[in-house]
Amino acid sequence: MALTNDIVKQKLTDKFGEQLTDWEVPYGIMAFRAPAEMNLKVMQFLYDDEELRFRFMTDLTAVHYPDRKGEELCVVYHMHNLTDNIRLRFKIYVPVEKPDVYTASKLFSAANWMERETYDFFGINFIGHPNLIRILNVDEMDYFPMRKEYPMEDPTRRDKDDEMFGR
Amino acid sequence: MSEQLTNTQHHIKLSEESLQKQTTTLNLGPTHPATHGVFQNIMEIDGERVLETVPTIGYIHRAFEKIAERRPYYQITPLTDRLNYCSSPINNMGWHMTIEKLLGLKLPKRIEYLRVIIMELSRIADHLVCNSVIAVDTGALTPFTYVFQYREKIYEIFEEICGSRLTTNIGRVGGFERNFTPASFTKLNDFLKTFPKVMKEFESLLNRNRIFMDRCIGAGPISAERALNYGFTGPNLRAAGVDYDVRVAQSYSSYEDFDFKIPVGTVGDVYDRFMVRNGEIWESVSIIHQALEKIEKIEKEFPEQKDVFFAKEAEHFHIPAKEDVYTKMEALIWHFKIIMGEIDAPAGEVYHSVEGGNGEVGYYLISDGGRTPYRLHFRRPCFIYYQAYPEMVENGLLSDAIITLSSLNVIAGELDA
Repeated sequence: MALTNDIVKQKLTDKFGEQLTDWEVPYGIMAFRAPAEMNLKVMQFLYDDEELRFRFMTDLTAVHYPDRKGEELCVVYHMHNLTDNIRLRFKIYVPVEKPDVYTASKLFSAANWMERETYDFFGINFIGHPNLIRILNVDEMDYFPMRKEYPMEDPTRRDKDDEMFGR
Repeated sequence: MSEQLTNTQHHIKLSEESLQKQTTTLNLGPTHPATHGVFQNIMEIDGERVLETVPTIGYIHRAFEKIAERRPYYQITPLTDRLNYCSSPINNMGWHMTIEKLLGLKLPKRIEYLRVIIMELSRIADHLVCNSVIAVDTGALTPFTYVFQYREKIYEIFEEICGSRLTTNIGRVGGFERNFTPASFTKLNDFLKTFPKVMKEFESLLNRNRIFMDRCIGAGPISAERALNYGFTGPNLRAAGVDYDVRVAQSYSSYEDFDFKIPVGTVGDVYDRFMVRNGEIWESVSIIHQALEKIEKIEKEFPEQKDVFFAKEAEHFHIPAKEDVYTKMEALIWHFKIIMGEIDAPAGEVYHSVEGGNGEVGYYLISDGGRTPYRLHFRRPCFIYYQAYPEMVENGLLSDAIITLSSLNVIAGELDA
């Protein structure tokens, strides 16, 4: 029987129970939230399970939500089961003061640079990463530019703000 | 003279060990005639053998993801042009489709087929550049100069459709900015008539060429397992023997209506990658033929479809024709609203991917309902697979490292975002 989102959800809830939350299926890709320290366990289970077989890491990135106190930074993983052709997205949230996340680079070589990029732009500290240094920005940079507190243009410029457009 | 060289005050300071070292450190790049882009590799070589290489990237990083957070959706299309600039129309279409997915738009078949034509043309252009450049790096300049004329012809078709050539900004949300002119179809048919002969000649110059084969076979191989672990997609993954193609796996823009094969390789070396791309060029030609037939069929059945170049439901995203803007109130309002980025997009999270020239180009868009994305992340295939480069070239020859780099089709613009 072909693998469906419901079976994936069932298997994950059987294994991890209530720890996985916020289940939804936006635009066809099932998404859920895992506790920050569980990311590797979830990934390893998705990888090892004979039925799930999510053995391809499509994408790894982060999002900054400055208004969510205690969980400002969100790391997003996109996994793909190429055999059954089904995608999955899961997120973990970490506080901006202590953005520690376990590295996935031991499981997926692809995660190596993607984690470096995420560190470079968001300052996520991937614990256990073999070479966590900046990748696209200059080495001397002392801030993480994709965080929302760094405006792209001159911060005094108001003409491009949303409120100028009736919002 | 000798005094000057041994002078300790000399400004070049070498470390103590450097005199005892038996190997050579070679700085290949950032600008080097053999790297076709801004790539730096610091290599440790023993004679001609590469022992270790450390790629440095980011020389042309332009912060597209940050810029995108302050731009209305239609202004992000030009940013996608500059990712993989060898096949920018595919990136443009992928971005339009992401927004269409967010809005839940369904396009008329004619538009989707026209998009397929554009995307396949740019795939041909992309693969032509890559494959002929592999030949250049092995020392054969003739095929390159020969097929580049046909890339030029593809660019002329793009020019006829959208007005620009390399960074195309082609298409709009919900369709195209204007209908295809009869001249663009003439140029397309002319291309389809003349190109296969040239492609055959290109293949007969290289495919079974003893010198070319000896240079490419066995150079820079990667196994299917390692390629998957490294997140390879596109022709590079298929050369390793995995038949994953986004056009088939997550069909978009009506690719499911077309009949085409996915060429695969076996060992994932330079020659396999070269052959897979050649095979894909032929499949693209066949897809374009099929698309033209389908469009003709639609137009014969429903003559009014001839003028359909954008979806009716997407008119709030489509800049009206200039003469309407000057004469009609409604058109003027929409023109103003679109240009000022006043169009609401629903809040939501979308991941959409298309089969780009060198792999799965993904767009991860988080919209909070504002005029700009809250966060936009580009899944850039070559950023992900270029990290396998050291593993692929180590313990090989330096000259193999050069052709491996060109056969991977790493595009600096996409690598550095």
